[in-house]
Amino acid sequence: MKRSFTTTAVAAAGLAMLGLSTFGTAQAAESITVVSWGGGYTQSQIKAYHEPFTAETGITIRSEDYNGGLAEVKAQVEAGSVIWDLVDVELSDAVRGCDEGLLETIDHSILPPGDDGTPAKDDFMEGTLFECAVANIVWSTIYAYDKSKLTGAVPKTIADFFDTKKFPGKRGIRKNAKPILEMALMADGVASGDVYDTLSTDAGIDRAFKVLDRIKKDVLWWEAGAQPPQMLADGEVLMTTAYNGRIFNAQVVENKPFVIVWDGQVWDLDLWVIPKGAPNKETALKFIAFSTDTKRNAAQASYISYGPVRKSAAPLVSTHAETGIDMKPHMPTAPENFKNALQNDFEFWADHQDELNERFNAWLAK
Amino acid sequence: MAEAVITAAPTEVSDAVNLKARLRSATARSRRNAFLLTAPLLIMLLITFIVPILDMLFRSIDDPIVGQAVPRAAIALEDWDSGAGLPSEEAYAALVADLAALRTGGSDGKALIGRFATRLNFEQPGVRSVITKTARKAPKLKEGPYKDALIKIHKKWGQPEIWAAIQRLSAPYTVVHFLASLDLHYDVEGSIVGQPEMRQVYITIWLRTLYISGLVTLLCILLGYPVAYLLATLPQRTSNLLIILVLLPFWTSLLVRTTSWIVVLGRNGVLLETLAWLGLVGDVDRPQLIYNMTGTIVAMTHILLPFMILPIYSVMRGISPTYMRAARSLGANPARAFYKVYLPQTVPGVGAGSILVFILAMGYYITPALVGGQNGTLISNFIAFHMQKSLNWGFAAALGAILLAGVLGLYWLYDRVVGVSNMKMG
Amino acid sequence: MALPPYVGPADIAWHYGFRFYCALVLIFLMLPILVIIPLSFNAEPYFTYSEGMLAFEPEAYSLRWYADIVTNGMAAPNAPFSWSWIQDSWSNAQWIHSTKNSFIIGIAATLIATTLGTLAALGLTRPHMPFRQAIMALLISPMIVPLIISAAGMFFFYSKIGLSHTFPGIILAHAAIGTPFVVITVTATLAGFDSNLMRAAASLGATPPRTFFKVVVPLISPGVISGALFAFITSFDEVVVVLFLTKFEQRTIPRQMYAGIREQISPTILAVATLLVIIAVLLLLTMEMLRRRNERMRGLSPG
Repeated sequence: MKRSFTTTAVAAAGLAMLGLSTFGTAQAAESITVVSWGGGYTQSQIKAYHEPFTAETGITIRSEDYNGGLAEVKAQVEAGSVIWDLVDVELSDAVRGCDEGLLETIDHSILPPGDDGTPAKDDFMEGTLFECAVANIVWSTIYAYDKSKLTGAVPKTIADFFDTKKFPGKRGIRKNAKPILEMALMADGVASGDVYDTLSTDAGIDRAFKVLDRIKKDVLWWEAGAQPPQMLADGEVLMTTAYNGRIFNAQVVENKPFVIVWDGQVWDLDLWVIPKGAPNKETALKFIAFSTDTKRNAAQASYISYGPVRKSAAPLVSTHAETGIDMKPHMPTAPENFKNALQNDFEFWADHQDELNERFNAWLAK
Repeated sequence: MAEAVITAAPTEVSDAVNLKARLRSATARSRRNAFLLTAPLLIMLLITFIVPILDMLFRSIDDPIVGQAVPRAAIALEDWDSGAGLPSEEAYAALVADLAALRTGGSDGKALIGRFATRLNFEQPGVRSVITKTARKAPKLKEGPYKDALIKIHKKWGQPEIWAAIQRLSAPYTVVHFLASLDLHYDVEGSIVGQPEMRQVYITIWLRTLYISGLVTLLCILLGYPVAYLLATLPQRTSNLLIILVLLPFWTSLLVRTTSWIVVLGRNGVLLETLAWLGLVGDVDRPQLIYNMTGTIVAMTHILLPFMILPIYSVMRGISPTYMRAARSLGANPARAFYKVYLPQTVPGVGAGSILVFILAMGYYITPALVGGQNGTLISNFIAFHMQKSLNWGFAAALGAILLAGVLGLYWLYDRVVGVSNMKMG
Repeated sequence: MALPPYVGPADIAWHYGFRFYCALVLIFLMLPILVIIPLSFNAEPYFTYSEGMLAFEPEAYSLRWYADIVTNGMAAPNAPFSWSWIQDSWSNAQWIHSTKNSFIIGIAATLIATTLGTLAALGLTRPHMPFRQAIMALLISPMIVPLIISAAGMFFFYSKIGLSHTFPGIILAHAAIGTPFVVITVTATLAGFDSNLMRAAASLGATPPRTFFKVVVPLISPGVISGALFAFITSFDEVVVVLFLTKFEQRTIPRQMYAGIREQISPTILAVATLLVIIAVLLLLTMEMLRRRNERMRGLSPG
């Protein structure tokens, strides 16, 4: 009763301003809203997916940036006013969103077979297709440093990142428990295969925080993916964790003297999901099929160093679109980079992210 | 109008009682008219502001998910004493029945399992996957004993904690969010205890919020009072010019001022570069002035200082200089005259400014978010964190409710001390 | 305020020490705002004064960040300057987009806040207003309640009724936040209002509407206008509610700045900041003019 009264009243007020609202939405031709992480990553998607998609179908794409998380999707779905059609999310969010009924299920039969004729379900790497999500890239959290700021020894291992005696200077870290706890354990000598087992125990968590304690006073925390290269360039930090593609962009496009240390990298997937009740679900599905076919999946990798998820796309990864350098050695999955790598365990994080972030916040606050 | 005159005419001759009644009805009409003028704004604020806030506050106690998801288990657990071992076989059977019903209940049922698992996971970290895994297997469990079957699926079903959480959360309303806001929680026996030390966050944050707000208020008094005094005692023409220096920052965008401080205080910022050029700091080992508590305090003091200067100034302008002259002529030295005569008269201005600055500082969000780093963030930043990242909206609402209560308490104080009708702008 | 001849050295030290301290505080208030203005003309993408800038070499200065405001986001920023270039900038440049939004939202919210706020102030200052104190406190509360709480509440509730991510939604939200300023300024103006003026007008034969428009309106209009300016700047500067309640289509200048500060601090932000400082100066001058006019009309002016 109360709701219907307020709805009417607000609707009346809203009606009065309808003239204004049409200002923003004047370009009403068919379009979908695609939400991603901004910066160089979104740019690569625009070049590799959005522009060819618009050219082929005439459907325009409105690109929005966000910093991850399900808050917006959850609010839109619960309110029944969904405005996003397609969101690029991390795996643990895709799983949780699917469990909670926030995402549309995606029929994998819409995905085209690989260019070599392999059916999609075999062409996608194992563990990249989900009930509500289709992976589009492999990315990695690494750490990087500015070599012009270092004379003599250079950092080589994940342990060096946590060693401020050997390499005095500020560190940049994402303000989130994931995946710095994993990196801390690997730096402390835990084999990548044992990281999540260790982290499931109280003693293991304490151990990870003890490692973080060593550098706590030297840390600057970042939240948006575009910050770490900026912090390195401004000299605010000596080393920082970062998404590998962002550092690649700074290295290659902006010619920054940055070096990536691949040891102890934590790799993860980015996936396309469709919020439940998305206004243009059919078009969004069409876009998923289009953007994850072999050709686009490989094309994406010529703008930023994130690996394709299709097996048939891997050999097609060629050179950087602007500078023409070979992209293969810059991929997280390149053999020499992949020696000590850990895959992010989505099940673990879906279970423990609240607890660990709480402890992480408590640790930060002290 | 004309109509009123005509109907009023015949009563012209009536007696005093009638006059009284007419006076009363005129007053009533006047009251009604006055109220009607404020009505449109009241209605708008009700819809666009008051109701949304009440709606949010309601979320802090509203907690229907567990009761909705597992109604049978909730009933079976009603009389269970969580201190005395595991629940009965019936409770296990009821839970299996609930989960099986949800699992086979289409997409809505499955979504409810997910929300139930997430809700429980906030209270008992790690049980999300236990629930989803159990729910997947529940439809296949056709007969008992269910207790052994569940414990076989996951050992956590053999511990009382998960059952205690279900029992406690099956009520439609809850205070757990408010407890958690103060680093408290229920233990397995149902008594309220403190969080283990490594999970205590919020007491620290509340204290820090109070500390930073208090410190910023104090700094604003120390910086603002002398300037207000100078402005009030200078000739009008000069003070009108100088007050522009206070008003311009006041009118300048908050984000512009925050950006300025990032530019000034950054590692290669204007201040440190100048100091390095003067040889006062080294090139490598520079102090960290931003992205920590220092940055938050400096930027907030700068932004809130005009809110302190302006009320003090307006009070000081009203103080006649003759009082001071009288005190001096009666033999008081300047310090004594100031302390005994002038200062007491400025207390209302300082009080008004302080409460205003303190209230605004308590709820600050943008500046700490941009320059606060790890130890310069306030409670607002945690509200935003639980709104946007952890999605624990009930908890965000509880933090918000406590903050709101504090602010409204101060607002009430302000109203008593200054009176909202005396609030002035600019 | 020259010093009288009889003061001692301690008094002189105090006098100048005090002024020095006040000067430092005023510098603290102004300097950060002034520092960024020259930096916005930096030819290089850094936040420090380059040596060239300090030596006043012309090539160390440039307008490139100002150009970036109108070109960033354009489909073809390097096309020759023509009508279609202007069209491209007008409809595609990100900062232009957010500037348009800031003005649309700010003006609409100000109109609502000013109309309703002035009416309410007229009611509040009537002699027989019931529950005056309580209603006043309620009407001013949007200014007191922390923005994060207002924003959170609006986020949930507006989503429910389909107003989040719409222009009407953000306009109503900003109108709510702006009304206290209008109520306060107009009430203050009306408090000094001499009701004998209305009686005088009536006794001279003016009808009530005529009295209202010829006597009341001119006297309260400075209050209304300054209230409106406050409401406008509040909306123009607001970012917390915008963060929670809008999407790209309603993105405003502060929202764009917020994204810029968090992600990529380019000197473009400084150029925008400089323009905003100029807007602040203009608003300040307008307010000062209104204040003087108001004092003159009431015969309060000292000179």
